[in-house]
Amino acid sequence: MSDIQAIPLPGQPSTLSFHLSEEHHPQHGTLLGFWLYLMSDCLVFACLFAVYAVLGRNYAGGPTGAQIFELPVVALNTAFLLLSSITYGFAMLEMQRNGKRAMLAWLAITGLLGACFLFLELREFGHLIAIGAGPQRSAFLSSFFTLVGTHGLHVTFGIVWLVTLMVQVGKKGLIAENKRRLMCLSMFWHFLDVVWIGVFSFVYLMGVLP
Amino acid sequence: MSDSPDLAKLIFGRLTWDAIPFHEPILLWTFVAVAAGGIALLAALTYFRLWGYLWREWFTSIDHKKIGVMYMVLGLVMLLRGFSDAIMMRMQQAVAFGHVQGFLPPHHYDQIFTAHGVIMIFFVAMPLVTGLMNFVVPLQIGARDVSFPFLNNFSFWMTSAGAALIMMSLFVGEFARTGWLAYPPLSGIAQSPDVGVDYYIWGLQIAGVGTLLSGINLLVTIIKMRAPGMTMMRMPVFTWTALCTNVLIVAAFPVLTAVLGLLALDRYAGTNFFTTTLGGDAMMYVNLIWIWGHPEVYILILPAFGIYSEVVATFSRKRLFGYTSMVYATVVITVLSYLVWLHHFFTMGSGASVNSFFGITTMIISIPTGAKIFNWLFTMYRGRITFEVPMLWTVAFMVTFTIGGMTGVMLAVPPADFALHNSLFLIAHFHNVIIGGVLFGLFAGINYWFPKAFGFRLDPFWGKVSFWFWVVGFYFAFMPLYVLGLMGVTRRLNHFEDPSLQIWFQIAAFGALLIALGIGAMLIQFYVSFRHREALRDHTGDPWGGRTLEWSTSSPPPAYNFAFTPRVHNRDAWWQMKQHNYERPTADFIAIHMPKNTGAGVILGGISTVLGFAMIWHMWPLAVLSFIALLAVAIGHTFNYQRDYHIPADEVSRVEAARSELLANHV
Repeated sequence: MSDIQAIPLPGQPSTLSFHLSEEHHPQHGTLLGFWLYLMSDCLVFACLFAVYAVLGRNYAGGPTGAQIFELPVVALNTAFLLLSSITYGFAMLEMQRNGKRAMLAWLAITGLLGACFLFLELREFGHLIAIGAGPQRSAFLSSFFTLVGTHGLHVTFGIVWLVTLMVQVGKKGLIAENKRRLMCLSMFWHFLDVVWIGVFSFVYLMGVLP
Repeated sequence: MSDSPDLAKLIFGRLTWDAIPFHEPILLWTFVAVAAGGIALLAALTYFRLWGYLWREWFTSIDHKKIGVMYMVLGLVMLLRGFSDAIMMRMQQAVAFGHVQGFLPPHHYDQIFTAHGVIMIFFVAMPLVTGLMNFVVPLQIGARDVSFPFLNNFSFWMTSAGAALIMMSLFVGEFARTGWLAYPPLSGIAQSPDVGVDYYIWGLQIAGVGTLLSGINLLVTIIKMRAPGMTMMRMPVFTWTALCTNVLIVAAFPVLTAVLGLLALDRYAGTNFFTTTLGGDAMMYVNLIWIWGHPEVYILILPAFGIYSEVVATFSRKRLFGYTSMVYATVVITVLSYLVWLHHFFTMGSGASVNSFFGITTMIISIPTGAKIFNWLFTMYRGRITFEVPMLWTVAFMVTFTIGGMTGVMLAVPPADFALHNSLFLIAHFHNVIIGGVLFGLFAGINYWFPKAFGFRLDPFWGKVSFWFWVVGFYFAFMPLYVLGLMGVTRRLNHFEDPSLQIWFQIAAFGALLIALGIGAMLIQFYVSFRHREALRDHTGDPWGGRTLEWSTSSPPPAYNFAFTPRVHNRDAWWQMKQHNYERPTADFIAIHMPKNTGAGVILGGISTVLGFAMIWHMWPLAVLSFIALLAVAIGHTFNYQRDYHIPADEVSRVEAARSELLANHV
């Protein structure tokens, strides 16, 4: 009942002030908004994981995970992506210090690591399709390709975004807008890392179990 | 020239002249009428030189109020389309008995009921709800705009792009014949090889982007942009329901995106998610789509609950009864809406324990909903009630929705559901809650906030005519369906053998006719109100004696909403300001920081329409081109760093002085 304030008598001025006399500056909502977007994206992945959980053993007489997954390649792949998260972290540290050139260099390395990751993933996909284990072969392969491919599409989009931001930082420098954008991409990139850890453990490691 | 058929196929994909329905007289005449009307509209816009005005002031506007109004216009236009489908179905079912086949063959009838459902939910109810939230929420929380004004414009145009694709299916190709949720295997490529389901998928995916982004936008707006002093428990109830609805949007629409994406992969890439061979599982689709679909109905009803709460308090001249319980009830409904999805398919065969769980959670939802009904009743108790049009809709809602709620609890009992599943009883139930709950609420909201948006009230006489036709028409149209459902008549049939059923369908058709008159009266109401706008003018900005902040500014509000950001001390902020003899400031204005208009949203929406059309018809080169264009425009837009400007203090002084004069002369 804290909301009940005494009403002044008619004609009496109120003791309360009902407006601000200076410009109001609400907090910037971009980072919260981007978090919410990431959580919604996380739900897309949650659906794909759930679909994989339901269909992941429906081999329909086709190959199983144990037969087609090459763990050493996947380990290398994982290493590329995890490293890229660390190098993105270094880029953000440089951004805090306003070290534009060093930051751009770390971003470039991050992008290259991301590209290596994509290259290995596409190589794996190409190999699987070549041996007749494409996404049409069984529900297991459909859900495998879709889950891993959706993650790969996100990484591709992240690289496009990264290049765009590098150009923008190059043109405009480390201004507040660009820093905010770099923070968003940072969250996006680490988010993809977290999702990949799920893919790696849930799809590949558990997939090779008998 | 020998390779020209191949070239045509490459460019136009599956699109040939056969796709244009020359052989269907109904469609042909509809097309002629739409084309004539469209050309007349375009000619009028050109003749009155309105293109520049529309482009500058509306299409490219990032003002939440104008975007809200555009959503409402989209929703009302699509309501006419969705209702045309409805009345065709009612007429067909009223005549097609025995040897009479009616005028709609199954092939056409199936498209009509699918389009009716899709349009009414996605392109009528959703835009109307989003439009009201867009218009009202920033005003209620004392903000200048939403958190991401450009995104707001973009969301609107993506929703419109989806609507445009669905409308195109009427004249180019055909729409899905699968029912509004497009269950596989019927919606799979083997059973539906034509473009209908593809129209469905791309229409909803593109509109879904808009819905999701607008959900995030409003969520951040409500969390971050409330006026100082407005704690969570001082937010108006409509803002609370908008908050919960947008939580639901952000947490539910990604599931729809995912599941439609998987269906698209099955159809385009030959995967086996929902096929009947090679390990696919069609019931997974049904589960996933209802994990989105059930929250979706709460996405629609919660803002309506918010509208009723505002209307009841205002027209009873009383503080809303049980504010805290209202908020908790809303939050409980939000959470529970995720725990009931399986009640849509008790007959799937999940077993007794699973069905019991979902039956019980479904019944539990009626408790917070019932609490709300009592809160509204207690607000009215000993209030000084005035039966203005919004209040009429609210009272009609309380009666109608209670009936719909009770039949819902009946359907929640799994053994009863086995008898009633997919019968007309179900159809009657969900129209009972969606029309009697969502639509009545939206009409209450339109009548309530119209003066705020346009500066004049809607004509009450024609509002009441519309109200009575709608309400009486609703009962005539849907009560017979309950009876038919209990007799075992199933949904989605275009012809019946048993002549004893016909009288009930004829009564229902009569009800649909009354609703048509209700819609007609509403259009007349808009026209008459516009003609008599001077007599209906609202000079005060507070035509109803409102309680919340949107009524503290002028009608229509200036671009910046509030000259000074309000400071809130009370749940009924504006009511308290009036009681404290608040004097609005008339001097010492300061420059106001505002976002700039941009055409990027319209362009991105337009390219998305082309992309969707190209994907539907398998025009691969066009699809690639439009995708690249989409990406290029989106990236190009991020290179625009000059996104805001200041309204100078002089300009603010001029606008506020004009208002002072208005108040002095008329109040």
